[in-house]
Amino acid sequence: MNVTPAATSPRRSQRLRGQRDTLIGWSLSSPALILLILFLLLPFLMAFVLAFTDQRLVPNATIPTRFVGLRNFTRLFVDETFHRALLNNFIFAAVVVPVQTSFALLLASLINQKLRAINLFRTIYFSPVVTTMVVVAIIWTFLYNPGRGFINAIIQTLSFGHLGPYSWLRDPKLALPAIMVLSIWQGVGFQMVIYLAGLQDIPNYLYEAAQIDGANKLQQFFYVTLPQLRNTTIFVVVTTTILAFKLFTQNWVMVQGGPQNATMTTIIHVYVQGFKQGRIGYASAITVVFFLIVLAISLSQRVFLTEERSV
Amino acid sequence: MTVHSLAEGKVQRRSSPYSLQYRARKGLRIVWDYIILGALALFFLFPLVFMFISSIKNNEDQIIRDMSSIYAFIPQGSIGTQNYYDVFSQMPFGHFMFNSVFIVASIVVVGILVNSLIAYALARLNFTGRSLLVSVIIALMIIPFEAVAVPLLLVINQGPRLLGFQTWIDTYHVQIIPFIADAFSIFLFYQFFIGLPKDLEEAALVDGASRLRIYWNIIVPLSRPVFATVAILQFLTHWGDFLWPLMVTRGAEVRPLPVAMQQFFGRDPKLWGDIMAFAAMITLPVLMVFLLFQKWFVQSVASTGIKG
Repeated sequence: MNVTPAATSPRRSQRLRGQRDTLIGWSLSSPALILLILFLLLPFLMAFVLAFTDQRLVPNATIPTRFVGLRNFTRLFVDETFHRALLNNFIFAAVVVPVQTSFALLLASLINQKLRAINLFRTIYFSPVVTTMVVVAIIWTFLYNPGRGFINAIIQTLSFGHLGPYSWLRDPKLALPAIMVLSIWQGVGFQMVIYLAGLQDIPNYLYEAAQIDGANKLQQFFYVTLPQLRNTTIFVVVTTTILAFKLFTQNWVMVQGGPQNATMTTIIHVYVQGFKQGRIGYASAITVVFFLIVLAISLSQRVFLTEERSV
Repeated sequence: MTVHSLAEGKVQRRSSPYSLQYRARKGLRIVWDYIILGALALFFLFPLVFMFISSIKNNEDQIIRDMSSIYAFIPQGSIGTQNYYDVFSQMPFGHFMFNSVFIVASIVVVGILVNSLIAYALARLNFTGRSLLVSVIIALMIIPFEAVAVPLLLVINQGPRLLGFQTWIDTYHVQIIPFIADAFSIFLFYQFFIGLPKDLEEAALVDGASRLRIYWNIIVPLSRPVFATVAILQFLTHWGDFLWPLMVTRGAEVRPLPVAMQQFFGRDPKLWGDIMAFAAMITLPVLMVFLLFQKWFVQSVASTGIKG
């Protein structure tokens, strides 16, 4: 074609530009897109297929992989370790989510004050977030030392010798609560910062209006702060709940899901079944259930959000 | 603001006879605030101080003796770097550190490039399939890594073999490539890019600049905050990665720090001084980076909350 750009009709040049944009758009997108398809979408869809097979991690040439229908799922109904794992995830979420969320809001309110050196406190409260979970788990294992450990020493001192010593991580009743404490210690700084951003977004005139109406600090908190933080709270609750269902590292490093499955979680079960035992098919079935739970939690966020947010 | 100061002025004028009392009450409140803030600071600091102090006590018996009292937090007795020497003599710590830094740096650097490119295309080029692609990326954000870990293990083990290559088990790239593209990073870039003014780009387009050039010379310099945010969030996520390297590394060759730490911890008898020295060497560099760039860290985390 010998037409110069100046000579083409505007509509024609627009169409040409549209075609060129389509080409460029897809080529700029393709590296990320190919990686997402290969390493996220493909394995994600595979989980739904593998869940209906007896696929092994190391295939045996003489025994080919077969479709086994719903066998993996019916097995889930009688797998007591799986039930215990799910229950532990629910208990963990039921305790950690409300405690960590309110603790985060309290911390955010405290460091939202105009006080000298307040940023120092923000830094200190946030520092566990940048500490690797494996390290956190190991430090706390030492702190929870049975007998003469530091946590036992504190509890015995505070109770004048009436309580303890406990064998924290070896006691099936105490192991999961013990892990909850360090999980909150490590994670609360993250939510604190999100709440802090939310608090700073609340327009000042709302508080001024409340003051004129004679509202005290407590009333201001319940009638201005909390309603204004509604969407932030929903976000924090949803992400913390999802994290509770992903629970793996600290439970595995400290007690490998024990004692007596007291700290077993869904993802530990996936890891043991899929990786240690090589039962990819069965582990995929657990994965599918796990994903459906996470999906339900994520979708609930959209239901509860008050204002529509354009993407 | 004016209403606020008016109201405050009224309060002050009314309580002026008691202004001393008023100020005393206010001072007391501030003291009370600092007591609470300080107590909470102790709660967040004591495990880290405990780790560090234990790591510099040369005598293992003393660490055990001190652990149930306030002495756990006081550097006393024989203080030194013996535990650190012990770690280096028993394990190639430097090699593990290199592995972790190399893996995370690769994910972050290649990741911000790949993710920002697709986000730029989605935010600025009006191409066929664009809106579908945006919906797909947003939908993909819901899938947690844990939901794909097991099938992904099959993909990286069997996939390369089907194509005539070696398995990816026990390599660096198996710990890097699956994490480069990240739907949430793309989303953060996309949100930032659509908020940028278009005038500069349109002028550059009229001047005949290519899209890549516009991306590199106009978009990237204008978008430093979002690049920092994504880099920091990806760093925080992957520095502590544990489940995946636990599954795909067998030997010490390509193993990252968290898995090495867990294995060091798993050996018996447990020498807490050595273990705490290992832990301190993982933690202190990151804490240092955090202290240097803490404003950026806090802003990055805050920006994750604005997702809808």
